[in-house]
Amino acid sequence: MKREKILEVRDLEFSFRTYGGVVKSVRNVSFDIYAGETVGIVGESGCGKSVTAQSILKLNPEPPGFFGENSSIKFKGGEIVTKSEKEMRAIRGKDIGFIFQDPMTSLNPTMRIGQQIGEVLKGRTAGREALSRGQIRERVLEILKMVGITDVEKRYRQFPYELSGGMKQRVMIAIALVGNPSLIIADEPTTSLDVTIEAQILELLQSLQEKFHTAIIFITHDLGVIAKLCDRVMVMYGGKIVEKGSVEDIYYQTKHPYTVGLMNSIARLDLDKSVDLKPIEGTPPDLFSPPVGCPFAVRCEHAMNICYRKLPEYFEVSDGHQCMCWLQDERAPGVKLHTQLMDRREG
Amino acid sequence: MEPENKDDILVKAEHLSKFFQISKKAVLKAVDDVSFDIKRGETVGLVGESGCGKSTVGRCLIQLYTPDQGKIIYDGKEIKGLTSAERLSFCKKVQMIFQNPYSSLNPRMTVSEIISEGIRIHEKLSEQEKKEYVEELLLKVGLNKEHMSRFPHEFSGGQRQRIGIARALSVKPEFIICDEPISALDVSIQAQVINMLKKFQKEEGLTYLFIAHDLSVVKYISDRIIVMYLGKIVETGGAQEIYKNPMHPYTQSLLSAIPEADPKEAKSKKRIILEGEIPSPINPKPCCRFAKRCRFAAKECFETEPVLREVSPGHKAACLMLDKTIPNM
Repeated sequence: MKREKILEVRDLEFSFRTYGGVVKSVRNVSFDIYAGETVGIVGESGCGKSVTAQSILKLNPEPPGFFGENSSIKFKGGEIVTKSEKEMRAIRGKDIGFIFQDPMTSLNPTMRIGQQIGEVLKGRTAGREALSRGQIRERVLEILKMVGITDVEKRYRQFPYELSGGMKQRVMIAIALVGNPSLIIADEPTTSLDVTIEAQILELLQSLQEKFHTAIIFITHDLGVIAKLCDRVMVMYGGKIVEKGSVEDIYYQTKHPYTVGLMNSIARLDLDKSVDLKPIEGTPPDLFSPPVGCPFAVRCEHAMNICYRKLPEYFEVSDGHQCMCWLQDERAPGVKLHTQLMDRREG
Repeated sequence: MEPENKDDILVKAEHLSKFFQISKKAVLKAVDDVSFDIKRGETVGLVGESGCGKSTVGRCLIQLYTPDQGKIIYDGKEIKGLTSAERLSFCKKVQMIFQNPYSSLNPRMTVSEIISEGIRIHEKLSEQEKKEYVEELLLKVGLNKEHMSRFPHEFSGGQRQRIGIARALSVKPEFIICDEPISALDVSIQAQVINMLKKFQKEEGLTYLFIAHDLSVVKYISDRIIVMYLGKIVETGGAQEIYKNPMHPYTQSLLSAIPEADPKEAKSKKRIILEGEIPSPINPKPCCRFAKRCRFAAKECFETEPVLREVSPGHKAACLMLDKTIPNM
């Protein structure tokens, strides 16, 4: 079965001009998103995951930010990079929805909830298709019910400050969904929430996805959330995708030392106190002047000479599983990263 | 380090309560009649959702808040009646590591000033000795002496948290309250900080109260766990015991909500998703505070307030339905 490709990102580069120089936040990132799937982007702060997501909707401020020369983002065949702000406004909310990280600050505090959701629908439909006020209201109430808000008539008239964190995040999801988008970008939607509320929100996203068959790009630093929700995963480090593949590939056939490092740093529930966590020593690279070689080389315990001198290419580990690491080269010494990981797991 | 005497209790809280008067009629009961003790050399984890009062407990213990009711006994002495000399030594023995490494360091002080502030008050050291001591502390937490004259804004979150830890360690405390020390940090940095805390505990026999909402980290680092819900302790017991055999419905759902970093387990795991959200702690009714969200709640849960009862040695839970044997997960 050939799946429909809705997003094609090629050689995406995004940098910011600052007083200290140019920060290369995203460097040569390419990936595809297919209809109805959930793709996770995982990485630590500053690895470029949010900038990648926001550049899909051109939400990064330009200037100081700017795209690289060869960057191309094609959404359903149309190039995004060259679109004007006006054209982008027609895409945001309608074709691509965005759920922001912090529901406390991303809602307009002076607008009622209903208005805020309805605003998405207002400018979207023109001429004969234009929705009347009553139709918009109905649609908003319907979507509020769908995201699990009770007492919708009352909530419709309330302001964001009257709602709890989890409730606000539900409103954010409603805003992202109301235009019936084919792609939703969720930028750490549950990071600021409690575990029990996080579980509710994740469950909600999953059920809504089944219903609407929307593709989701899910950005997080929590490997647990990815495991629960995603079909495919991209691991980002230093502005690059260092490993990507299906969830099973990434968790059970881990190939990149950074991904292994991430897995080893988590205090898994089944880990005994006597076993030390194995942190990744050092700190992420400085993106003002990213290293010539592999960005992870200085923190990598398996780094070889070539790692410092030349940027690794993508090696195809198996169908759809790619890894940007010289260890995958046939001339490299065989390091059994994966078995190390499994040994730890089994203790 | 194993405590030499198993019953050597360092900190004891008895019927501790902290209320905040919000308006004439509204009282926010942040901590309501909470009792527990912490033995010398152990790590006690305190978990719960935001607003459950876990940070308030920590702040009461270190006297940032004065409790409204109940007492805190530290090393056999009630801290309310301390003389000023005793109080000074109490401040030296008990230290705190804060959640947010961005706001808990004074931006106008250099690292060496931040770290040596406590030493200046508690020890008499010459300038030279002080400098050497700060250097030694920085090395201990994985920074180096070049960092001494820098300001907090020049550091990353993980490095700042290290400065915060160096500050807490500088006066050689016995007991450290860690108030969500790692929740603002990245995964790989979290592990660095946890390992460091574990190392210092081993080397210096420290006692920790580890406050967090991340149950997997708490389970990993703690010997015993206290679970709080809306100002009350709902369950307490050994870390392994609570994890393997959670008795309170709230603990059960909290455990099941943890996203496991394993796709097969995560997708097959049966989750108990709690309905609704944590209710307001303002003027709570005298009943089980979890009743509204509880799967097993019966009529009596809305009428009587449950008390902590021992279910097995060292394992207590506050639930009226305990005898009706809650099916385990």
